[in-house]
Amino acid sequence: MYMQSIHLMQFMLLFSRQGKLRLQKWYVPLSDKERKKISRDLVQTILARKPKMCSFLEWRDLKIVYKRYASLYFCCAVEDQDNELITLEIIHRYVELLDKYFGSVCELDIIFNFEKAYFILDEFLLGGEAQETSKKNVLKAIEQADLLQEEAEAPRSVLEEIGLT
Amino acid sequence: MPAVSKGDGMRGLAVFISDIRNCKSKEAEIKRINKELANIRSKFKGDKALDGYSKKKYVCKLLFIFLLGHDIDFGHMEAVNLLSSNKYTEKQIGYLFISVLVNSNSELIRLINNAIKNDLSSRNPTFMCLALHCIANVGSREMAEAFASEIPRILVAGDTMDSVKQSAALCLLRLYKTSPDLVLMGEWTSRVVHLLNDQHMGVVTAAISLITCLSQKNPDEFKTCVSLAVSRLSRIVSSASTDLQDYTYYFVPAPWLSCKLLRLLQCYPPPEDGAVKGRLVECLETILNKAQEPPKSKKVQHSNAKNAILFEAISLIIHYDSEPNLLVRACNQLGQFLQHRETNLRYLALESMCTLASSEFSHEAVKTHIETVINALKTERDVSVRQRAADLLYAMCDRSNAKQIVAEMLSYLETADYSIREEMVLKVAILAEKYAVDYSWYVDTILNLIRIAGDYVSEEVWYRVIQIVINRDDVQGYAAKTVFEALQAPACHENMVKVGGYILGEFGNLIAGDPRSSPLVQFNLLHSKFHLCSVPTRALLLSAYIKFINLFPETKATIQEVLRCDSQIRNSDVELQQRAVEYLKLSSIASTDVLATVLEEMPPFPERESSILAKLKKKKGPGAVSVPDLEDGKREGGELNGGGERGPDSAAMSASNASTPSPSADLLGMRSAAPMSAAPTSAGSLLVDVFSEAGPAAPSAAVNDDGFLRDLEPPTETSGLSSELQTPVDSPFNASSRRFVCKNNGVLFENQLLQIGIKSEYRQNLGRMYLFYGNKTSVQFASFTTTVSCPGELQSHILSILRATKPVEPVVEGGAQIQQVLNIECLTDFSEAPLLNIKFRYGGALQNLSLKLPVTINKFFQPTEMTSHDFFQRWKQLSQPQQEAQKIFKANHSMDTEVLKAKLLGLGTALLDDVDPNPENYVCAGVIQTKGQQVGCLLRLEPNGQAQMYRLTLRCSKDSVSLRLCELLAQQF
Repeated sequence: MYMQSIHLMQFMLLFSRQGKLRLQKWYVPLSDKERKKISRDLVQTILARKPKMCSFLEWRDLKIVYKRYASLYFCCAVEDQDNELITLEIIHRYVELLDKYFGSVCELDIIFNFEKAYFILDEFLLGGEAQETSKKNVLKAIEQADLLQEEAEAPRSVLEEIGLT
Repeated sequence: MPAVSKGDGMRGLAVFISDIRNCKSKEAEIKRINKELANIRSKFKGDKALDGYSKKKYVCKLLFIFLLGHDIDFGHMEAVNLLSSNKYTEKQIGYLFISVLVNSNSELIRLINNAIKNDLSSRNPTFMCLALHCIANVGSREMAEAFASEIPRILVAGDTMDSVKQSAALCLLRLYKTSPDLVLMGEWTSRVVHLLNDQHMGVVTAAISLITCLSQKNPDEFKTCVSLAVSRLSRIVSSASTDLQDYTYYFVPAPWLSCKLLRLLQCYPPPEDGAVKGRLVECLETILNKAQEPPKSKKVQHSNAKNAILFEAISLIIHYDSEPNLLVRACNQLGQFLQHRETNLRYLALESMCTLASSEFSHEAVKTHIETVINALKTERDVSVRQRAADLLYAMCDRSNAKQIVAEMLSYLETADYSIREEMVLKVAILAEKYAVDYSWYVDTILNLIRIAGDYVSEEVWYRVIQIVINRDDVQGYAAKTVFEALQAPACHENMVKVGGYILGEFGNLIAGDPRSSPLVQFNLLHSKFHLCSVPTRALLLSAYIKFINLFPETKATIQEVLRCDSQIRNSDVELQQRAVEYLKLSSIASTDVLATVLEEMPPFPERESSILAKLKKKKGPGAVSVPDLEDGKREGGELNGGGERGPDSAAMSASNASTPSPSADLLGMRSAAPMSAAPTSAGSLLVDVFSEAGPAAPSAAVNDDGFLRDLEPPTETSGLSSELQTPVDSPFNASSRRFVCKNNGVLFENQLLQIGIKSEYRQNLGRMYLFYGNKTSVQFASFTTTVSCPGELQSHILSILRATKPVEPVVEGGAQIQQVLNIECLTDFSEAPLLNIKFRYGGALQNLSLKLPVTINKFFQPTEMTSHDFFQRWKQLSQPQQEAQKIFKANHSMDTEVLKAKLLGLGTALLDDVDPNPENYVCAGVIQTKGQQVGCLLRLEPNGQAQMYRLTLRCSKDSVSLRLCELLAQQF
């Protein structure tokens, strides 16, 4: 007998208080249209909730776990059977990782370095499951990558330096 | 600009992002983006070769634009080029682009797979990780085909770096979820299980997700993981809060791993080995004890992590459902949380207690918290918490507290959020029915329900109250009196009018003795609502009126007057007009005897699963309410049988427990059952006589019992649509599936509403079928569900893994298409086809459709090439009479050579040239792959063009296959 397999996470969204998506990570195959619809509806639903409300809600077939950090909402969709509290702490650990990497992370860091935010997330969560929960190990992996990058950096043109290309 | 810009900080990108942020309007933003897109396009197209850095920067800009919500239709090739760069950052951006913007363009996929292949074999751990991340992020079937066999090797190799193992484990998990047929653990199983013992906690954390998923699918092969998981858990639970270094999270040792271990154990029954079980119980007790200890930190992260483990442990305790002591302790712990100041904990405690309520060991313990839960329903400020409280009340309800709980839920309904009213109404209706000791209480409750939340009372609910009143003669008088009183309210809900019309039409006589509710008073009361009602309700009322004429001859003149007036007899609605005309005629020409027979009281309804329950199940998805149901069956079995009282409700309940395959689609089954038991055949012929006298008016269904019942059925039942939808499934092999014997893709079904397309692929004994459901209308289909079943013994011959993907919500918007994937495994040869049942609501009417899925035994053919010599040698070997099946039949289709060849190839066999000495004949060979065995098949088709006939001969190593193939193929040519 085959059962539906458990996805820890279906997707993760980061969005601002104004409802702007800052980061989206999808762990299930969905079309672009579906993704846009889900993000739009879910962002509205969450922004309409008052502070102090429960961090969990049932939404369509999914369980939504979210938490607001300063101006940013972090929101994960998990399946019905999944553990809400541990998901909440996944969010927190990710925030800690961003914070440590950027040094007091703020929304702007994520806007301007979105690719880094993705790389950190991939080191921490892969395919929607926790890959490495040690903060040190995740940051070590990212820092090693940064090191590789500095070594490999090629000289840039003058135009590039002033940001004109 | 951000204070910190780590890494290379592509300045051009930062400037672009700043520009976008400075745009004052959407238009300005789009303008800026278009400018940038034009720039990038020209750079990519330019003659000058771009250096890696620029390519990376532009690809990154494209990615940013895409993430803003704009479409990107170029740059994929440049991103793919970056993959083969030997600079890490370029490669990394390339992979990120591919991961975010997957493109199914097959040419690109090949290139991407090549790059991944190179990185996987590079032995550079950072490159390997990037490649594995990309596979895990994209997770497409093509990638599974390319890498599913390679990754297990990487995962278990002794010299693989820990970080690569972690990525490999989760990468494999993702591939397994997309393409379980391609990920074969086989020889690796034991080494994968032993990753639970790995020294590196990160490796265990990643590997356990894979192991859990594999264990769910193949519990036997992985069952050694249980004892390993218990000892790992035990070590974590008993470790001091600092032992695990960086895996300790806010003083809680390895919370993620602990939760995953407890989750893995939920794939299995309690360990049989006493020592292992003892150790596990000890762990669970320690976890429960720790919940009572003072917190080691005031931080919410500490308590969240600790409680995450606690809730997972409670889930495991509930899953085992065999340790009364632990269950009661769990319940007490949750009881404390019910009053916790953290909203999150109150929410989770309510949710978790819901499942505890269904255990016979803890049901009573849960019930002691009733006051707290009722209080939560009244005072929680967050609707999602109140919803949980309502769920818990529903779950803890039994005969002892039903009245209290139903009363509380009813009073909550008056102020409940609109979003949850319909579900609340269903729950109240179910509880009222299930635990009704006296039926007057039941009737009161349902009428209250209609009064308080009439808009949310679905048809199923008011059908059900009528069904029960009809079946219980001890409540009929009370029901008539109560509904009569309820109708006195100046504004009453239309659903109340429906129930009133039906009940007074049947049982109005029971209260007619009281002058305050004399026949005329009753009639005037009903008729005072008539003009405010919709057409279906008016039609129902007209039927009630004709019933009145039978019950109370003294009302005949008044009612005939009403029927005769222009607004009835010339009503623009054809149904109303017909009823008025026919009822008027019937009342004027039929004798009282005839009237009495035709308009006899409704016969009892057959007992069956409550349609409300079916509706709630559908709403919540299968399984959501089944737990309390089963449990109720258990309890009722004890209490009710013992008490000697067994109302029809409990009979219906137990029927549902036995999962009677009642077609709940046709609501109460009123139509199917009632007329049979109701009208003796003479009544039928009598009716015809009445009408033959009355003239050419058709013997409309509106006058026999059936017509009355029609009020209670969805409109399409009469529109003929549903009959069209009901493809007969008992025909030996219906036409639509016959078309698919020699092909795999096409349209399976189509009518005015729905189109079902099909694409399928088969490999060895496995198959995958993509079903595309297209809504052809502009109206959404609601409650769209599909089920696939294997009739009879087919179950053991085919294994379908259903719903590999599921629609996000059970709604198909107008014009939209949803997709479903079925995985099929052929266990042994078979001749029946699986059935696909589709149900949905279209404009309120339930549509029910059954189709045969075109899965036939020939789909599992592997072609076999052989020489003439080999062919005839094997042909001779298969010479036992039962191994051969032969048919001579007339050609139904073109006998053109090319058409025939295409069909034979579509069949899945190899078409062998130069084998048969007669060049007109066709011979084919193939092997049917089933799980257990391979069946060799040889085929010979001899056309006779003049006679337009064929002779088809099959010889297979298994008799049943020869027969089945012969049967299938004879219809194809």
